[in-house]
This record gives sequence, structure tokens and C-alpha cells, in this order.
Amino acid sequence: MQNQSQSFQSQSSSSDMDSMQSQSQTGMNPCLPGYETDCFFDEVVDQKGVARPDSVALVDLINRLPPGELKRRQQAIERSLYQMGITFTVYSDSAGTEKIMPFDIVPRIVAPDVWTHIDSGLKQRIRALNRFLSDIYNERKIIADGIIPATVIDSCPAYLDQCKGLRPPHDVWCHITGTDLVRDNEGNVFVLEDNLRCPSGVSYVLQNRSVMKRNFPQAFTASKVRPVSDYPSRLYQMLRRMAPMENADPNVVVLTPGVYNSAYYEHSYLAHQMGVELVEGRDLLVKDDRVYSRTTDGLQQVDVIYRRVDDTFLDPKVFNPDSVLGVPGLMAAYRAGNVALANAPGTGVADDKVVYAYVPEMIRYYLGEEPILSNVPTYLCDREDDRAYVLDHLDELVVKAAGESGGYGILIGPQASPEERQEFAAKIKENPRNYIAQPTLQLSRVPTMVEEHLEGRHVDLRPYILCEGPDDVWVLPGGLTRVALKKGCLVVNSSQGGGSKDTWVVAQAGETVARL
Amino acid sequence: MLSRVAESVYWMSRQVERAENIARFLEVTLNLILDQPENLVDPWSPLVQVTADEEWFEAKYGKPDSRNVVQFLAFDDEYPNSMVSCLRAARENARGVRETLSSEAFEQLNEFYHFVGEASAAAAMDPTSQFFDDVRRQTLLWSGVFASTMAQDQGWHFANVGRMLERADKTSRILDVKYFNLLPNLADVGTAVDDLQWSALLLAISGFEAYRRDHHQIEIEKVVDFFLFNRTFPRSIHHCIASAGWSLREIEEASESNLQRTARPILDELQHRLAHTQVKEALAGGMHQFVDSVQIEINQIGEALGQDYFQTSVNS
Repeated sequence: MQNQSQSFQSQSSSSDMDSMQSQSQTGMNPCLPGYETDCFFDEVVDQKGVARPDSVALVDLINRLPPGELKRRQQAIERSLYQMGITFTVYSDSAGTEKIMPFDIVPRIVAPDVWTHIDSGLKQRIRALNRFLSDIYNERKIIADGIIPATVIDSCPAYLDQCKGLRPPHDVWCHITGTDLVRDNEGNVFVLEDNLRCPSGVSYVLQNRSVMKRNFPQAFTASKVRPVSDYPSRLYQMLRRMAPMENADPNVVVLTPGVYNSAYYEHSYLAHQMGVELVEGRDLLVKDDRVYSRTTDGLQQVDVIYRRVDDTFLDPKVFNPDSVLGVPGLMAAYRAGNVALANAPGTGVADDKVVYAYVPEMIRYYLGEEPILSNVPTYLCDREDDRAYVLDHLDELVVKAAGESGGYGILIGPQASPEERQEFAAKIKENPRNYIAQPTLQLSRVPTMVEEHLEGRHVDLRPYILCEGPDDVWVLPGGLTRVALKKGCLVVNSSQGGGSKDTWVVAQAGETVARL
Repeated sequence: MLSRVAESVYWMSRQVERAENIARFLEVTLNLILDQPENLVDPWSPLVQVTADEEWFEAKYGKPDSRNVVQFLAFDDEYPNSMVSCLRAARENARGVRETLSSEAFEQLNEFYHFVGEASAAAAMDPTSQFFDDVRRQTLLWSGVFASTMAQDQGWHFANVGRMLERADKTSRILDVKYFNLLPNLADVGTAVDDLQWSALLLAISGFEAYRRDHHQIEIEKVVDFFLFNRTFPRSIHHCIASAGWSLREIEEASESNLQRTARPILDELQHRLAHTQVKEALAGGMHQFVDSVQIEINQIGEALGQDYFQTSVNS
């Protein structure tokens, strides 16, 4: 049944292709009739609802589909994600109801020049962050030179004393990073935050792409999209090369907290795609500062661990003694150089929201360069002037708890009630170090299915970055576009009811284009 | 492979097989009651006996009837060996080792699980043999996908051992219980009713047609022989044990260590006995005793597998 409907889709799509060619011959960009940008920056169309140059094929296709067809394809994709078991369990429901992460069928399209800017900016940022991490756990020159106050670092919950003096091979700490970007009403790109611990979501990028290719083959081909499918092999190559000693065939594993972790599907998916074992803490043990897995043939040494367990759960002997997710003795094996860890423990200090505010300074300090990508202007409530300003302007600002993630601990001033603002004011006064504030950006939007029609919804973008050496940084051309499904909502996190979209980075001349 | 993974694959496969067997029992019984004169034989009590969880059943449901036995065996969330519980456990095990399965294999099991979940509310209200036939088809689909998309590596062989041990155990149980219940009706021997009931037994293991081809007529001794000792039929006990033995040898051959293994000798011994026992001997010594000893040995093999492969100690 499924095959029949798929072949039907490709048939209907080939006629889409014919119409696309006729459209491009006329040289007119199509528009989305009835679609309102509401004066927001829209990634797919301009203020008049006319397709941006790279979105012509997509908009044309959407216009040519028979009524209801877009919705039908959306449902077909949802059904196939469900069948693939890309779901999370709703635990509040005793029946163990499963849901897919909401997916929206209209992709976000990124123009080549925008991507070039993002790509170079992220590479620069990762170089600086690695320098910062090595420095902050060793010489602490950036503090001595007065760029960052010592109190900022020492009060940071993610700064781990247990990691002092660590020197990961090649001084690479953050091998895998997911950096959140947003665009404002003028289309300028800003870094919203860096995720250097265990950034999630890349499996959705790959799966979203694979279902989109099946459902929009012609528009996809016509849009000259750059491929993302080589991510697992690049990740595997990088992990292999991290192996501590000369080893022709290093044993690489992915370490997961287990099936109950919300990102378990991703851990399993990446292990599967790389063809390596997915292990839990209980599968590993440390003997003589070496890490072994328990196999049906006895113990087998492990060389490289892509760990998706948080820092403080990694080793109960060094961090949280109650952790059953980690491996006792792992840190000693790591310090002895007998096992490689990606990411290195301790990287979380660099994605603290207060430390984030200093990244542009880090770039200038370590690299002697001007930041290519800007931060969102940030007020640190720990600073007296900033705090006074923030408390006076709570109705204009977004306030965030420094140590929280996943869209928790956020106040969106303009949308908040007076009581909520008062509550946050009290929290800020009580613990100023834990709060930052930023102006409310009007995040860019992308057309999104709402019932039977398209409406603009706010998005962000999380590209994924692999870093093998200080000058060997690679950015996946694409990333996870997260979309706030509620009208007017600015919080896109999946834990806050957000969904995702495929991200199509358009190739420049000479760049590889993804095939179906 | 990881010990945890080997164990999960083994159990996943056993649990699917267990769910399938329950569906088979229920499908055949639901068919049987349509064919036989009313109230002649109670077909439901033996099904509870097959599970060896009669006390549990009685405490919760009382006297077995068609409704509560179907509810118990197929849909009871609280009963760990019900069809839905087995499927849920199999799917949880599969989720935990998803990276070692083919995508097709996982997706088929996932679809199977959702199919049963979605259909079971209606099926629990009005159970039909069609529903259980659909379940059986799903498991056949799963076996086919598994066979055609998975490399026959150690993981595959652990799955096969699990499936074959479970199948041998269930074949032995259904024979044991039915034999016990059917044999006392000496007056019925050779009648249409007798024929019908032994045929149902063969249907429960999909062996009716294969049996007919070999023997044409239903005779108790030949049916028992078919269940226990047939060399070629995939659900006979002998065949299951031989297949499990093959997989264990393959697992040992692929192994790079010289660890002492204890499961193989027990299995070899059982296989030898099945290959060299005549059905008359088995019946003379008491069919129940014979089947009982087979079940005990299957359990011992399971325990030995645990020691051999699933629990890697620090000192190994």
C-alpha cells in the first residue's frame, strides 16, 4: 500500500517538474497567494509574498499541488516517522502513548551567501572556544589579562574543578557542537547560544531529509540542495582519528544513558549509521586505567567513546557519586591517555549563558580577529548597571536563567503578565549571576502548515559542527530548523511544543549537490 | 558482541515467538469451538494450563471461559506472558538494541506492536480468529524480514536460539496439555470429534498439512511422533533443538575466546536423545514425563546461556 502511494507521488511530481521549467522560462518568481508575512522577515518569500530566488522551485510546487495534497503529504511523512519509531513516549499518559516530534513539511531554504557567512563564523567561533577551554582549565591567561572576571568562571556550575590541568589531544575539547542561530527582522544572523555538551537533533536533520526527498523529489532536485547524508561517516572518521594510540582499527562506541533518555533514538541512530556499538555505562568497566566492554567473548578494549552522558554522570568516582549511568574509573583512564572522549568533560563552561556573552571578546583575544557572527546583545544581571537596566525594562526583554536549557527558565517580557515579571525580578535580585537578558528579537519566520493552509511561524537554526583539529573544523551544510508551532510563539524548543523542518542549504557553483 | 545486546536479542526473539504461539492457540481454539458440538470438551481450561500460571488466572478471573481466557492470554497488561505484554517487552528489547537490527526488522516489529495496540481494544470486545490470524501473519512477516535483511552473524544466531528454544517449549506444552485432556475420552477414539481435536492440535503448530502428506490418517501415536521427532517440520521439538544447536555452534565458531561454555553440552545431549528415541518408548515411559524432562532441559540451556554469554564478569 505504501509503495503504491509513493509511486503515485513520484508520478505527480514529474508533472510538477514540467510546470517548474515553464515557470522559470517566464522569469517571474511565483508568490504564495493569501500568505501574510505580517511584516516579519520570512525565509522563503519577501514582504510581498513573492518567492526569494532560491525558493522559486518550492513555492511553484506548492502552488501547483492539488488542494489538500500538501496536507496529505504532511500526514504521509508523519505516518512514516511513526512507523520508523522516531517517537518519544508521553509518560504522563498511562497507556504509554507515543508521539513523533512534530514535523513540518515546508522546508527552510538558506541562500548560498548566507550560508558562507554562517559557515565561516561558526568555524571561527569553534577555534576560539577550544582555545578558551584549554586556557581556562590550565593557565587562565584570559582571566589574568582581565578579559573575563574570575568570578564569572568560578561561579559557573558547569566549570568542573575535576578537569583542571586536562590537555585533550590536539587541544580539541568540543568535537561536536550544535550552535543555535536566529535571524532578526532584517535577516541578520545572530548566535543565540552554543551547545558544547551533548547537542541533540542531528538525527532529525538526517531523517527529515530522507522523508523530504521521498515526498518532494522534484522540488528538492530543482533547488540544488547540499547533502547532509555524509554526517555519520564524517563523525565516524573524526572519532576514529581521536583514538589515543596507534591503532589500525580502533574500537569506537557511543555511550548512552539508556532507552529512557529523551535523545535515545538519536544515540541509537548514530551508532547504527556508523556501525559501532551503542553501550550503556553498565556495559563498560575500567581495569588498570583501560576501558573495556563486556562482550559475549569476554572483555574487549574500548578506544574512543562518543559520550552522550552528561559530564557529571560520567564517572561516579570523580563526579556525582550516585550516578549509575557512568563508568567508575573512566576519568582516570582518560587522564592516562588510554581512551578518547568526545566531547571532553568540562566543555559546558563555554555554553553557560553568562560565559556566552564573552565569546566575541574571546575571538578578539585568542585569534586577533573580529567576530564574523554577532552575539545577541546581552545584559549580565551580575553587573550592577546591566541589572538596573534589566529590572527597568522587563517588559521589553527576554530573561534567561544561565544554567537552564530546553526553553526552561525563560521570561519573554512583552508577552508576560505583570505577576510573571515581578516573579522574575525577585529571582534576578536573589541570584543575579544566574540571569541574563536580551532584547526581544523578532525571529524570522517560515511558511508552516496550520490545518489546511500555510501561516508564518518563527524558527531558529542549529547547525552541527565537527572539530578534528584546531584548524580542521567542518560545518554540516544544513542543520535543525526548529519551529514554534504556536502562533506568535518565540520559543522553539521541542520540550516547549516546537517542531522541526528540513533545512535546504543551496549549493554555490562547484559545490556538491545532494542526489535523491 | 556486547553481552547485554546478545541477551536482549535472545529475549526479543523469544518474546515474539511467545506472542505468536499465544495467537496460534487462540486462533485454533476459536475455530475449533465453531466446529465441534457444544459443551463436548472444554477447550479453554487447557489453554490456561499451557501457561502454567493457573493459580494466577484463577485468582483474577475465576473459572475459565472464552471471554476471560482470551482477555488473559492476549490482552492482559498485568500478566507478563500475555500476548501484548510479550510484544511490548520484545519491542522494548528491540529498541534497546536497535542499532544491531536492520531498520526493516525494527520497523516491522514496531508496526506489529502498533497494529496490535490499535486493534486490541476492538478485539478484546469481540475476539475473532481473524484477528489472531492477522497477528500470526505479522509474526511471519517479522520472521521473513528478519531472515532476509539481517546478516547471519552472532546476533542473528542468538535470536535464533531464543526463538527455537521458545518454540520447542511451546510445542511441548501444547502437546502435553492436549494429550492429557484428549486421551481420557476413549469412547471418542476414531470418531469425527477425535479427529477434529487432534487435527486442531496439528493446526496449532501449522503442521496439519505436513502431517497429512506423511500419514494421511490421524493416529495419536503418529501425531505425537510428528510433534516430538519429526526431522523436517520447523515446529517439531527435534527440529527446533537441532536448529538451536546449529546456532550455538556458529556462535562458538565466531567467538575469538577459549572461554568454557556449558550450554552446548546440554543441548547436544538433548538433541541426541530426540534423534534416537522411538515414539513407542516415549509413550511407554509416560508422555508427560518425557515432555517434562524436555522442558527442564530447555530451561537448563537457557540458564547456561546466561552464564556463558550474558554475564561477563570482571575477571573474564
